[in-house]
Amino acid sequence: MENNLPDTEYKYGFHDEDVSVYNTGKGLNEEIVTLISQKKHEPEWMLEYRLKAYEAFKKMEIQDWGPNVKNIDFDDYTYYIKPSDKQEKSWDEVPETIKDTFDKLGIPEAEQKFLAGVSTQYESEVVYHNMLKEVEEKGVIFLDTDSALRECPDLFKKYFGTLVSYADNKFAALNSAVWSGGSFIYVPKGVKLEKPLQSYFRINTERMGQFERTLIIVDEGADVHYVEGCTAPTYSKDSLHAAVVEIFVHKNAKCRYSTVQNWSSNILNLVTKRAICYEHATMEWIDGNIGSQITMKYPACVLAGEYAKGMTVSIAVAGKDQIQDAGAKMIHLAPHTSSNIISKSVSRNGGKVNYRGLVKHAPNASFCKSKVECDTLILDKLSTSDTVPTNVMQNATSQIEHEATVSKISEEQLFYLMSRGLTKESATQMIVMGFLEPFTRELPMEYAVELNQLLKLDMSGSIG
Amino acid sequence: MAQLEIKDLYVSVEDKEILKGLTLSVNKNEIHALMGPNGNGKSTLLAAIMGNPKYTVTSGSITFEGKNVLEMSVDERSRAGLFLGMQYPQEVAGVTNSDFLRAAINARLEKPMPLFKFIKEMESTISKLEMKPDLAHRFLNEGFSGGEKKRNEIVQMNMLKPALSMLDEIDSGLDVDALKIVADAITDLQQQNEMSLIVVSHYARFYQLLKPTHAHVLVDGKIVVSGDASLVERIDTEGYDWIEKEYGVHVEEENDQKKPSVSSIGSCAAKVRKGA
Repeated sequence: MENNLPDTEYKYGFHDEDVSVYNTGKGLNEEIVTLISQKKHEPEWMLEYRLKAYEAFKKMEIQDWGPNVKNIDFDDYTYYIKPSDKQEKSWDEVPETIKDTFDKLGIPEAEQKFLAGVSTQYESEVVYHNMLKEVEEKGVIFLDTDSALRECPDLFKKYFGTLVSYADNKFAALNSAVWSGGSFIYVPKGVKLEKPLQSYFRINTERMGQFERTLIIVDEGADVHYVEGCTAPTYSKDSLHAAVVEIFVHKNAKCRYSTVQNWSSNILNLVTKRAICYEHATMEWIDGNIGSQITMKYPACVLAGEYAKGMTVSIAVAGKDQIQDAGAKMIHLAPHTSSNIISKSVSRNGGKVNYRGLVKHAPNASFCKSKVECDTLILDKLSTSDTVPTNVMQNATSQIEHEATVSKISEEQLFYLMSRGLTKESATQMIVMGFLEPFTRELPMEYAVELNQLLKLDMSGSIG
Repeated sequence: MAQLEIKDLYVSVEDKEILKGLTLSVNKNEIHALMGPNGNGKSTLLAAIMGNPKYTVTSGSITFEGKNVLEMSVDERSRAGLFLGMQYPQEVAGVTNSDFLRAAINARLEKPMPLFKFIKEMESTISKLEMKPDLAHRFLNEGFSGGEKKRNEIVQMNMLKPALSMLDEIDSGLDVDALKIVADAITDLQQQNEMSLIVVSHYARFYQLLKPTHAHVLVDGKIVVSGDASLVERIDTEGYDWIEKEYGVHVEEENDQKKPSVSSIGSCAAKVRKGA
């Protein structure tokens, strides 16, 4: 049986009237970097940092591994767009066109009750930012990153760029030079947030690059779950997304970062995400990749303190003309640290999905344990998948377990579901959803529902 | 015309011919026992009626309620009212029983069944089959014992309410108590809906509970003897040897066993009537 699941038109492929009031135009040079910093009224050190990063960016080569992104014409992007002059404080003040966009995205009313704080990014700046009192009263800082630089300069400077240096890779350098927007979260010592903090992102201008910078600091004994959601409209031209996320999880603290990226099929999504965990700290990446043309994303945990734990649960779904190159990195630097990677990949309609991962047990990181599980489901003969795991063991007391499976949809399973009246299409969908369940179960309920809807839409259409 | 009409059916699996000109009619409200040594085509017949892609119909016809079954896809056959309780139900990880069943029920309705109604119906069916209430939330057959899988098939049958149900060794793996529970559930549904049944089993006990109206012996891809319930009794006590003598066919079994391998678990005192 063939499992051709033709693409339907991208659901969020609409775009609203451009409400931006300022943009730098295409291309990048020192003046533009300076202009971005000036427009944001940034302190001197940030301008210097941006310029240093820009220098590094110019000199660095694009990495020679993974999907080929060497043809990116960096002069063909707009690096800064400012949508409106002031930050919106309440939902009432948000322009109607922007609200319409979110309505079309189907952010349900009921969901808002669940949100502990909403930071909705539209274009390069945050236009809507509202925090529930509960969170504020606990001393939690939840701002867009630009505001955080103004409002918490010391805290900001102490952490910014210390985990992901601009010299890390070319796209981290680019982000460091032109970053705009993103989220800043500080959770004070001992504060445990029961409800997740959430944020929606959206690119809405053709050829505009999006370079968010997210910085999360979870102080000792604190606990936070941050949820980032992305959808983007379809355009015919390329769009570049190069985000950097830095997360600091202090002693006994816990952080979970959940995201489902659903960029439209022309976007290059090249993201550097890294967390550092100190003693007894826990970091969990819940990372979903269903959109974009090319994604390269390998959320990392640096396990720097004894008994620190890292976990990544990820899915990657690649359809026609898509390459999902995703995975995880676990760097064990301290004894008794443990890590767990669960990766589920689906390729169909000629899509390519790769798992690329690194587990490293440093010489002094004795008695570490790592478990890696990569499962791939290939839906047709056109689609492909590769698993590229790298395991580096530099001591004699640590253990790595690695399991990988590649499978097709079984005819017997299809027959079983169809014999109960499900069409081939819905039976296939059901099997795929079931395959991805270890990921969906980790998401907040309304996100899981949304993801299921997205995947269903993505796979709907007649079967050849 | 009968509800299910099978005429001169030939079916192959991987180029091996299994059914060789089988003819069978089943009417509404009839219960047909399908017997015969292993490896002679009983499961093949049921799988071919349901449309398992592993089985190729090379000639002959199957109609159900006047419609040409062979032109229908598997799901169309199901929605038309056919059901197959399988010998080896598949496991589907990550899909809960209730999500699956709801989708299956809604696939045959114009308007989806209200969630509350579905939950109530599922709960009552689960308790009828004396299964644990968490069944609804477990993944489809994943980690189920053999007996649980079989009972879950009957849960599905009860929820989907087919017009004709085919049960392929649905009783194997069930203990005596479970056998009674399953048989009662099947009988209740059969009587309520005047459902017709084609039952493959090696247990005389199961047939005694279901009370077949018709019985057939399938040998070498053909039905060689048909009769009523007394035929079941005779095979239970005498095996298949007599068929070879009386009907002049060679009875060959996969494992060269001529007696049913799992014979009755307590032949209750049912009168043996002379076969038709």
